[in-house]
Amino acid sequence: MTSLILSRLTKTFGRETALDDVSLSVAPGERVALLGHNGAGKSTLMKIVLGLIPADAGTVEVLGEAPGSTRARTQVAYLPENAAFHPSLTGEEQMGLYLRLRGESPREARPLLDRVGLGAAATRRIGTYSKGMRQRVGLAQALIGRPRLLILDEPTSGLDPVSRREFYAILDDLAADGAGILLSSHALTEVEARTDRIVILSKGVVVADDTLAGLRRNAALPTRLQIAARPGAADEVAAALQAGRRNGVTVDLVCEADEKLDRLGRIAALGPLVEDVEIIPPSLEDIYDHYSRRESR
Amino acid sequence: MTAALGLAGCEFRIALRNRWVAIVIAMMALFALVLSAAGSAPTGELGADSLSVTVASLTSLAVYLVPLVALLMSFDAIAGEVERGTLPLLLTYPVSRGRVLLGKAAAHLATLAIALAVGYGLAAGAAFAVDADAAQGLPALWRLFWSSLLLGASFLGIGYALSAVARRPGAAAGLAIGLWLVLIVLYDLGLLAAVVADGGGAFTTEVFPWLLLANPADAFRLFNLASSEATAAAAGISGAANAIPAWQALVSIGLWPAAAFALALLAFRKVTP
Repeated sequence: MTSLILSRLTKTFGRETALDDVSLSVAPGERVALLGHNGAGKSTLMKIVLGLIPADAGTVEVLGEAPGSTRARTQVAYLPENAAFHPSLTGEEQMGLYLRLRGESPREARPLLDRVGLGAAATRRIGTYSKGMRQRVGLAQALIGRPRLLILDEPTSGLDPVSRREFYAILDDLAADGAGILLSSHALTEVEARTDRIVILSKGVVVADDTLAGLRRNAALPTRLQIAARPGAADEVAAALQAGRRNGVTVDLVCEADEKLDRLGRIAALGPLVEDVEIIPPSLEDIYDHYSRRESR
Repeated sequence: MTAALGLAGCEFRIALRNRWVAIVIAMMALFALVLSAAGSAPTGELGADSLSVTVASLTSLAVYLVPLVALLMSFDAIAGEVERGTLPLLLTYPVSRGRVLLGKAAAHLATLAIALAVGYGLAAGAAFAVDADAAQGLPALWRLFWSSLLLGASFLGIGYALSAVARRPGAAAGLAIGLWLVLIVLYDLGLLAAVVADGGGAFTTEVFPWLLLANPADAFRLFNLASSEATAAAAGISGAANAIPAWQALVSIGLWPAAAFALALLAFRKVTP
């Protein structure tokens, strides 16, 4: 059974269209990243999937159930953007409550907090936690039970790079166990290699839905070749390659993806004139920009 | 049910940490002691034991204090969750909104019960200290205790409804105080003025009793004063109390908590996180 199917989903707030004819799916064990600027409709989409707000048109199927139904809610975990908790409760007490709400033993609180690296702060009040620590409590509560679908709204915001890696390692375990994961982010650099598929939302419209390799291929952005010439040979190399730009000893060359091998062959043919070649593929930000701008043109 | 119990446990812990439990208990104890000190003098002439006199005074106190305390505890229940941003996550858990309200109500009702037990207990202790016959008033005290809880439950439900409608704690607090003023203070003044103006006409005989029963605070006062002759005598309003039978007042204070919770649930269901 598919973890999540959205088909032709539309949602408007007054005159503003938050989601326009959005279709996407998440398979069990698949990690799908939902990318978009602030206001692109990511949080609205997630709230509809969770059954917190109704859609105007289109259908949503969460593990074969209606969104927000008790059966859907028992199997879906959610991590809100800016996870908030009651400041008077300790991390352990708050987790104890969430465990009870899912019919689990509150004794599981400690192991879960340990798993997200909060074991030492478990008996402190959440009011004293930093944003990153609250985000970890949010992650810990999303791990309760054995969720079949995780909806994570900007889960890595507020986490330092090390915590972010630990976070993705936990997601890998969950996906390996067969849980579908839909996570949102506003930066492609944050999700890159850690997700299986990337959906880009721009002003409520899906403008891309592909693997990172597929996005890269379809964007067909030019690749940069940076050639380090032997001292004094830069001009000669530039002339031989008909390169557009050069500075000092390095020659910069921009080429389309399909010309890359041909160009490399010609660089290799220069032999001792060249000391090194660096291939710089289009950056993740370039690719994201390409797609998110395409629609607004 | 574990879900509602878990919620109740957390809510009670929060009330303890925020000093709400301590404040409510101290308030009840203080007022009960002041009343016993003031009311212990004139017992003999009325033919009532001193505990019945105390119960009559406590009834008048509870009519003001119990709704106020209940509203103060409940106004933040939903608006606070909305403002802190904790509501969306809570509502994605497999727990119904009814259970969420039930959990909160259980904690608030427990807080109120402890405060009432302390306050009324102190007052009873004072009555026993001055009058050996005070045991005669025990049934009236017990009746006052559980009917106070029903009164509190009614106003907790009303407070949750206001909290859900207001969405913001500040606005909810304003509405709660306004409602207390209208239902507890102005309502009776309005009725009094109407009865005086009516001069014993149809309003006084036909409409007035129903209006008294419609207000949970008035129904509570009527029930406690009409149920015990000694108490009524002590309060000096036996005539008024006899006009409406106790069972009618009991039906009103029994129905109000259910109606208030239905209202609260209706309002809570309309809240989109």
